[in-house]
Amino acid sequence: MPPALATLSGLGAGRRPALPAVPVRTAGLALLLAVAFVAIPLTATDYWYNAILIPFLIMALAGLGLNLTMGYAGQASLGTGAFMAVGAYATYNLLLRLPDLPLPVSLAGGGLIAGAVGLVVGLPSLRIKGFYLIAPTLAAQFLIEWIFNQVGWFSNYATSSAISAPRLVVLGHDLSNPAGRYALTLTSVTVVAALAWRLVGSQTGRNWRAVRDGETAAAVIGVPVAQAKLSAFFAGAAVSGIAGALWAFAYLGTVDARSFDLDRSFQALFIIIIGGLGSLSGSFIGAAFIVLTPILLTHLSNAILGGSLDGGQVSNLQRIIFGALIIGFLIKEPNGLAALLGRLRRTAR
Amino acid sequence: MTRLSRALRAVALATSLAGLPALSPSASAADETGAQAPKQYFPLATFRVGAYASSGIPSWAGIIDYLRYLNEVEGGINGVKLFWDECETEWAVEKGVECYERQKGGREGSPVPVFLPHGDPVSKALTEKSVADKIPLLTTGYGRTEAIDGRVFPYSFTVLFSFWSEASSVVNYIAEQVGGKDKLKGVKIATVYHDSPYGKETQVPLDLLAKTYGFENIQIAVPHPGNDQSAQWARIRQIKPDWVFLRGWGVMTPVAIKTAAKTGFPVDRIIGGIWSGSEEDVRPAGSVGKGYLAITPFPAGQDFEITKKIKAAIVDQGKSDLKDLKSFGSVYYNSGLIETIIAVEAIRTAQARFGKRPLNGEETQWGLEHLVLDEARLKQIGADGLVQPLRLSAKDHEGGGAGKVLQWDGAKWAIVSNGWVKSDRELLLPVIYERAAAYAKEKGITPRSDDTAEAGAR
Repeated sequence: MPPALATLSGLGAGRRPALPAVPVRTAGLALLLAVAFVAIPLTATDYWYNAILIPFLIMALAGLGLNLTMGYAGQASLGTGAFMAVGAYATYNLLLRLPDLPLPVSLAGGGLIAGAVGLVVGLPSLRIKGFYLIAPTLAAQFLIEWIFNQVGWFSNYATSSAISAPRLVVLGHDLSNPAGRYALTLTSVTVVAALAWRLVGSQTGRNWRAVRDGETAAAVIGVPVAQAKLSAFFAGAAVSGIAGALWAFAYLGTVDARSFDLDRSFQALFIIIIGGLGSLSGSFIGAAFIVLTPILLTHLSNAILGGSLDGGQVSNLQRIIFGALIIGFLIKEPNGLAALLGRLRRTAR
Repeated sequence: MTRLSRALRAVALATSLAGLPALSPSASAADETGAQAPKQYFPLATFRVGAYASSGIPSWAGIIDYLRYLNEVEGGINGVKLFWDECETEWAVEKGVECYERQKGGREGSPVPVFLPHGDPVSKALTEKSVADKIPLLTTGYGRTEAIDGRVFPYSFTVLFSFWSEASSVVNYIAEQVGGKDKLKGVKIATVYHDSPYGKETQVPLDLLAKTYGFENIQIAVPHPGNDQSAQWARIRQIKPDWVFLRGWGVMTPVAIKTAAKTGFPVDRIIGGIWSGSEEDVRPAGSVGKGYLAITPFPAGQDFEITKKIKAAIVDQGKSDLKDLKSFGSVYYNSGLIETIIAVEAIRTAQARFGKRPLNGEETQWGLEHLVLDEARLKQIGADGLVQPLRLSAKDHEGGGAGKVLQWDGAKWAIVSNGWVKSDRELLLPVIYERAAAYAKEKGITPRSDDTAEAGAR
């Protein structure tokens, strides 16, 4: 599976702000983008688009959103699923009720609305610290899922509160085929990741890290702590919101609020814990691990075992292996796979 | 897909060379018959692990046992034998989509005739993909109600019994009990529902029916998962409804039955919906479940002709997919059986037109839209009483719209309704078509005319 591997190694090379390996980094990033934008569309099949690449990219984006809030600014959150839901439902309503808006604007608008909701959800962070902050974000997760379920207006009174993409058209191009949806996803992820990269390198990003590493110290040296926390919630929720809209429209097509339940929040959390907190590439590596390893295991077990074992047993076996891999990786490198890759690269050099 | 499997096969080969026990790569457990004549692929997206495994396992057994019976006793469909493989979804949407994408290309030269999503969220996620790929989705007893309008949803088949029909049949059963629809005036019917998109599906039809017949429509929500319902049933004790329509899911059903018994509400006045009407739903409630009613398009029992034949040819020969033979003839087992009978008859119908060979999705879609399962045909199959008479068309992807009412006698279900309880489809269909038209407008779909299916197939 060359494209996915290239994605991983390329992004791994694309981070590392402090090392003097700028040419390598640029080259790696250029290679990665060339693969993602040119090589993959030339070779990929429906299966690669719909089952592997699109969900991987979107969950990486959701992880990236959480990473801004939690990895960079240290504000624990279990509300990623809720922010994704807000992004999806907001984009749907923008597309439905303002049909003149172009798709990218609706998508960005959905992200901004999700960001605004994130800002409100983040308000308790001004008084609550550390892991206790999970409680209000958890409340938001349940409340928001419930609201989309109950208030028919959000889903235009569909029988089962389901929303589906009204149209995926950009500049007259119909993007509803798998390649088009991949292009939409990849472009959005690239733009958002580039913005996020600029953001974490800016003064805002430095403020976030200062708050994460020592809130009192940050306050003493004059970092605007409240502003940093709220901006982290805003940025993280906005990115997750865009991921949610893509999940609904570029990946599944039709969803209801159950697609964005607590399990989704946990998935994003595991992605960044395994990939690496406070690392943009970690979001991608973590998503690759969480989203793709089970699929890889399925294909491996089909190839090795054939149909000789009961389907249920094979699945349970895969889960055991998956769990063991997670534990193994976290023991080997508690800071996530991104740190592990960085260490490997340094020893190789 | 092919590149991936090739790469993986290489890995598999490498591991087998390294001394790992490798058993014939890419061999399918289902390759049970000789590979001479072309065979029809029948993909199965199963969930044998995860939260819903207990309902999945007997359903797959019903499906697989019927396919085995067809192959071994009847020699396939008109001589075209079936083969299948399983893809585990754990009832999760992403895995379901992955399975669909993996299986949709067909296998060993046979295209995919029909796909059984087995889950409401995944069937939604596949709605548009299935149109692009021209693979019909067969959803029995679940799925989007508007998909009954095949002019807007050409590849979604909400066959048998939609949630709207479920609600209407329950009202009609109550009408039978109180002595006619004109006696429904003033009757209090409380719907206790799982507070989810699925649970709310019956609100619109019940509103309409309440307006038509004048019964009092009370809606009571139970938040997921529903393992404490004392507040809801305390309210029911206050309201004193004549009947309770229970639309549960998972643990909610046994808890509702137990709580009803505790608060003194007569259990034989509770009618469960499709997903509150299996053995797995009632058994955990214990002895207080005795007398509980449920409406279902999947009547339980082992006395249907076809179940007897399967028992003799498959189950008694030790060839059943069931590990626990107690589930033979259960609601879920029979649901798999019924679903497969419909799919197979659709393939048979399409074979009559396109030839006795493995068919693709487009051809099976034609077969589904021209499926006629009348009493005579059902007798031939041995499924009369088990499958309701069906007649599908481009305008009507539901076909039947009737259920049987079962009653729990403490150990098993008994059918208590007088045959199939029909729903008021003539009342509901206009509203369903209206909603489908609204969906078409929102999505920019031009509905097919009634006969394009015919024209497209020519």
